[in-house]
Amino acid sequence: MAASPVLPKLVGQRVKRREDPRLIQGRGTYVDDVKIAGMQHLAFKRSDIAHGRIRSVDTSGAEAVDGVEAVFTGAQIAEFLGPMPIGTPFPSPDHRAVASDVVRYVGEPVAVVVARDRYAARDAADAISVEYDPLPAVVDPEKALTGEPAVLHADFPNNAAVGPLPSGTGASPKAVDDTAIDQAFAEADVVVSQRMVNHRLAPTSIEPRGVVAHYEPGKDAMTIWSSTQNPHILRTFIASLTGLGQDQVRAIAPEVGGGFGSKINIYGEEYVAAALSRRLGLPLKWVEDRSEAFLCTIHGRDIVAYVDLAARRDGTVLGLRMRLVADIGAYNMLLTAAIPTLTMTMASNVYAIPAIRATLTEVFTNKTPTDAYRGAGRPEAIYFVERAMDLLARELGMDPAEVRRRNFIRPDQFPFKTQTGAVYDSGDYAKALDRALEKAGWEQLKAERDAARAEGRLVGLGLSMYVEVCGVGPSSGLPTGGWEHSQVTVERDGRVSATTGASPHGQGNETTFAQMLADQLGIPMEHVRIHHGDTGVVKQGIGTFGSRSQAVGGAALHLAGGRVKAKMAKFAAALLEAHEGDLVFENGMIAVKGAPSSAKSFAEVAGYAYRPIKLPEGLEPGLSEEAFFEPSNNTYPFGCHIAMLEIDRDTGEPRLLRMVAVDDAGNLINPLIVEGQIHGGLAQGIGQALIEEVAYSDDGQPLTGSFMDYAIPRASDFPRFELESTVTPTPVNPLGAKGVGEAGTIGSTPCIVSAAVDALSGFGVRHVDMMLRPERLWRVIHGANGSPQGGQA
Amino acid sequence: MARVSITVNGRKRAADVEPRLLLVHFLREHLNLTGAHVGCDTSQCGACTVLVDGRSAKSCTIFAVQADGAEVMTIEGLADGDRLHPLQEGFWEEHGLQCGYCTPGMIMSAVTLLRDNPAPTERQIREGLDGNLCRCTGYQHIVNAIQHAAASGEGS
Repeated sequence: MAASPVLPKLVGQRVKRREDPRLIQGRGTYVDDVKIAGMQHLAFKRSDIAHGRIRSVDTSGAEAVDGVEAVFTGAQIAEFLGPMPIGTPFPSPDHRAVASDVVRYVGEPVAVVVARDRYAARDAADAISVEYDPLPAVVDPEKALTGEPAVLHADFPNNAAVGPLPSGTGASPKAVDDTAIDQAFAEADVVVSQRMVNHRLAPTSIEPRGVVAHYEPGKDAMTIWSSTQNPHILRTFIASLTGLGQDQVRAIAPEVGGGFGSKINIYGEEYVAAALSRRLGLPLKWVEDRSEAFLCTIHGRDIVAYVDLAARRDGTVLGLRMRLVADIGAYNMLLTAAIPTLTMTMASNVYAIPAIRATLTEVFTNKTPTDAYRGAGRPEAIYFVERAMDLLARELGMDPAEVRRRNFIRPDQFPFKTQTGAVYDSGDYAKALDRALEKAGWEQLKAERDAARAEGRLVGLGLSMYVEVCGVGPSSGLPTGGWEHSQVTVERDGRVSATTGASPHGQGNETTFAQMLADQLGIPMEHVRIHHGDTGVVKQGIGTFGSRSQAVGGAALHLAGGRVKAKMAKFAAALLEAHEGDLVFENGMIAVKGAPSSAKSFAEVAGYAYRPIKLPEGLEPGLSEEAFFEPSNNTYPFGCHIAMLEIDRDTGEPRLLRMVAVDDAGNLINPLIVEGQIHGGLAQGIGQALIEEVAYSDDGQPLTGSFMDYAIPRASDFPRFELESTVTPTPVNPLGAKGVGEAGTIGSTPCIVSAAVDALSGFGVRHVDMMLRPERLWRVIHGANGSPQGGQA
Repeated sequence: MARVSITVNGRKRAADVEPRLLLVHFLREHLNLTGAHVGCDTSQCGACTVLVDGRSAKSCTIFAVQADGAEVMTIEGLADGDRLHPLQEGFWEEHGLQCGYCTPGMIMSAVTLLRDNPAPTERQIREGLDGNLCRCTGYQHIVNAIQHAAASGEGS
């Protein structure tokens, strides 16, 4: 036989993405590109007050609009659509997709229009007239816990949605024992304390949400296209709420234009579209406006922390107290209540803190509900702990790197169980720190900073360490289960079709997963196709969130690929009259080890498996194997970020000069894609620190309802990011990969704030809350009233 | 209804449209050219950017009737048959996109950027992209992509 070309190994290589050719030519199909004959459009009438009782809804104006098919009020919807389910075990108030009695945030739907096109639907929605009896708006979460100025949900007195819920100090939450934490503080030489706010953000994927629901009465089946991160979870919930079986619902995530956690949720608009499509027998589309997105897509973060850190004079941390108040908005969404618990879980960060007491209270307010936003509870934890570590370093006059190093969990201590119950899989924190210090040129940076200060410039340095929890498996951690599924099929012609339940929205799974299978099976990557995002094609799945695609989805693919390879080896062994253990799969051939002339092509063996005239004993025809991968633990990626920042003395405007990130995500499949993930995360973390904030007025009106008022970063806001990685594989999956999607948002925010505080240290400031708007920094420099110099921020 | 005649990607297209119909909806709904995306309603995000008479423009900010008689190029018309435009090549080579939603607008803006300044500095590229928002990439690979196209010497 002619010699095959030698195929390069692809795992670990910077392989160009296979998704790109269609996307750079405008040939991707996003949900708003889906068109079905006879399709009608939905528009929602939404509350324009934060809190009030609906007195009347007059839909006559809407019904008179040309092209309107139907109009439904909340009360009418309630006749056939039940309350929205949640995905956590916490108690939850009644939450309807369309409100019928009380509205609890600006943007809450009160009626829905079905019309010929989106213009007519919008006209009609605007023509609906709603009268309210206004109620006082609950805006301040700490005040809300007194039950003032109002109670949102009668079953939740004092607006406490969850807690106070304790965690920490090694014990189960059932046995709260404060002996260890009290002793830590009693023995401490120094205690630093600070109230900090990790403020509310809007995820803002550039593609807004959207849904097309198509119930076909003849088939008694529903197809639902949605801009979702997890079509299988969507299918489960849509089936449940519309009274269909999961076999009757096919959910499709077409191209999804970003999610960042916000598209995990199953939203009211999706339930309404599905229920109305079934009721009317019409295909229905709803696509969110950006202004709706700011009101109605979940927000993230919004946690106040009271942090006390106890330490010895040499920098050894003895104990941490962290009291959290999370403003979760008006309702529980899918994972709302669970997100702030992750802030408690990760309170130990990379440190062997011997005693931790964390408590969490979640509060209902008249704001958009919060839920998972990139990082989801972990950025808050790391921010609070790292700012406290910086306060400690400043208090003790120690280098911020050294106070951290003194408290690291050592490599020989893994697996390490923290006082909050997390079991870290693997880590080498000193290595990441050293690499970052070297990459940034830490000592030289300090000299540069001091030189700049001598010229009167306000320049500061910040450093942060982080560890995060990724994978979201094992199944005990998720109500849907924490596994992932894959099926790998070698087709008759030797090409490979594989499915994954990890439904991507920019992560590049079509590329990375093809790299993996090509290597595993010894075939060209061009012969592998990855299918995803369609429950009609992908038998089972969970979805993409919690940086789990590679660590859980990739592992499932690897297992399924191994199974199909093992079966194919049996067919090849029969053809080659060899032992299956002696075969090698490479360069598109299957050969007996050491005897390349014996080789059969991969395609020939595949053809034999589908027409096995002489079927080997004990084998069934065909080459299609599946795997469910259930991880034994989460993964814990980590890293070190360093920022250098300058503040304009006259305007207070901060400018990021350097951003160095050393991240350890375990083994990497495609470093190019990993870099992209880190860049994107950094951009969102820097955005939080410097320019992004969801704001409300005292009467609960959103003040950031468009890109005019909510600043997501632009290209000119950033310096060139400086990246490096260390590699500490995880033992919890066969790939050694930990996950990387959220890392950038977690490490970057605290080091930027610490850099700003360092820049302002000459003004006696210990801490400045985010976002670092120029006015806030200017007041530190010039005093609250604009007098020269100034006191505390 | 108003009659419009617009040359889109070299083809003359005529239709009767509502005077309030946005150009982006004309392209997407009437012509099925769905490469231009809608990402906001205040002309900030730039996902809808196309070329109108050779200059990048936000097609959500123009009524179809205002483009009557104009030459419009969308992302679908940028490649020369099977041969990708250097900016498309650059975005592919340099991993200049993740979810891809901002990408058509980003590329169409960059067409004008490089036409005006074929050898921009990094700062000029970053400032030149101020009208286009990306939430995935942190922009660094987009900058690399545009530098890649500029270095090819046939950026426009």
